[in-house]
Amino acid sequence: MLRIMWFLLAILTSSVTSADVSAVYGFDTRSEEQRYQNLIAELRCPKCQNQNIADSNSPISKDMRNAVYQMMQEGASNDEIVESLVGRFGEFVKYKPDLDSRTFVLWATPAIAVLGGLLVVVGVVVRSRRSGTAAPALSADEQARIKKMLAEKDRNGKA
Amino acid sequence: MKRFLLFLPLLVAIVVGAFLFAGIGKDPTKLDSALVGKPVPVFGLKSLKQPEATLDESLFQGEVTLLNVWGTWCPACRDEHADLMWLAQEKKVPIIGLNYKDSRDEALVWLDRLGDPYRTVIYDPKGTLGFDLGVYGAPETFVIDASGVVRYRHVGVVNVEVWEQILLPVIEEARENG
Repeated sequence: MLRIMWFLLAILTSSVTSADVSAVYGFDTRSEEQRYQNLIAELRCPKCQNQNIADSNSPISKDMRNAVYQMMQEGASNDEIVESLVGRFGEFVKYKPDLDSRTFVLWATPAIAVLGGLLVVVGVVVRSRRSGTAAPALSADEQARIKKMLAEKDRNGKA
Repeated sequence: MKRFLLFLPLLVAIVVGAFLFAGIGKDPTKLDSALVGKPVPVFGLKSLKQPEATLDESLFQGEVTLLNVWGTWCPACRDEHADLMWLAQEKKVPIIGLNYKDSRDEALVWLDRLGDPYRTVIYDPKGTLGFDLGVYGAPETFVIDASGVVRYRHVGVVNVEVWEQILLPVIEEARENG
């Protein structure tokens, strides 16, 4: 009996927590809801660092989602909302950091890698072309010798 | 030219290695506070110990203080409590507590049982001031200078080592400049 009670209790509390996680906010329009979803998807949870606040169930993410919703209801723009959270939690919470001297390397790395790869490819192509044309053509003598050798091989093969 | 190309992989490995090596030992879970250099956010919250008294940011005016964020639900806060007692009693450090997302009764029992290192405790059951301070996990300890400006934020427990190597130098600097 006790075991069944525990089981029921576990089921009850689990449904409570999952309801809590998917805390539903009311939105007037579909586009507002979409805006909210986009915002919480690109804000990063400071506690559980590789999750966005949409995915994370940590209390701080819940607070942040709540703050985003509240600010939206008060008519704040996306930039204002993000800036207000950055002002509290730091640049860290943005999955897309601004381009400045600290983040330059981060933003430039893909371009540098592509450029480097292109350079390597160009280098390989150029070199193979050069070595292709640079290979000395056979002289008339050598051509004659090859023909003779091939002919000899043919004869041996038939024999 | 050919020779140089042979050394290219080595060069790349050294550059990447140096870059990655610089990152070893850095704790990515410790973030710099966005509030460093800014005043403590405006707030109006009840005192934990005197429920009728309202506290605000003027609490941090006048001397360099530590602001310690804690809650009875936080096991690491239990760990650092003895060290906070030591700081308050032996080092005479003024510590202001921020009781974060907690219940008053439990918090008072905790202080009664373990001792009270705090000059004042701000009672923040909903975590509003905590949110404005960018608190993302208790315990956190802020160094706040005499004009109420945040100088440093330490995430994690305070112990003798953290005190000597991190907090004390920041406090001394804040005292000199304030």
